[in-house]
Amino acid sequence: MAGRTVTRAQLSEAVYQEVGFSRSESTELLESILKHISNALAQGELVKISSFGTFSVRQKGQRVGRNPKTGQEVPILPRRVLVFRPSQVLKSRINTKRHPKAAV
Amino acid sequence: MTKSELIARLAADNPHLYHRDVERIVTTIFDEITAALADGDRVELRGFGAFSVRERNARTGRNPRTGDSVSVDAKYIPYFKTGKQLRDRLNGKP
Repeated sequence: MAGRTVTRAQLSEAVYQEVGFSRSESTELLESILKHISNALAQGELVKISSFGTFSVRQKGQRVGRNPKTGQEVPILPRRVLVFRPSQVLKSRINTKRHPKAAV
Repeated sequence: MTKSELIARLAADNPHLYHRDVERIVTTIFDEITAALADGDRVELRGFGAFSVRERNARTGRNPRTGDSVSVDAKYIPYFKTGKQLRDRLNGKP
């Protein structure tokens, strides 16, 4: 694994390089994309990006958890969690490119 | 919301941009994330979440229909961990 971390900076740099918008405009557009996705999810909408994956919101019921340090029982309240299901395309891309162990 | 709806919403926010360019921006971003993951990199978008690649060991699986055992090769899977800010938003916290 290369083990680097890609952040907003590199993604907006890619928009700047590939699409030719100014760096500041690229940064704003990236932010705007994340905002639209977050808003949709907060509304409980499904977000489906073809050939990338699907983000969905799932409702979890209350259950009893345990503080692993003290062993004390604590209720875990009902909550909404985000689930990402990668598309087949993304999964196969990740398994076909130079991962040393996958080649064995 | 699908990718094309996302593009339409962005285009509505940015009437000065060509629809085609908005489309290219969205595609570029998801392609870039995919390429980074394919290289084994992590993609961290503070407040939104982080994409990473996790390893799954080889295992012996079963064909659920016939019950035959089949070997499943080791593989990598993309993983997404929701960012704190988004997680809080989903649960109505500010």
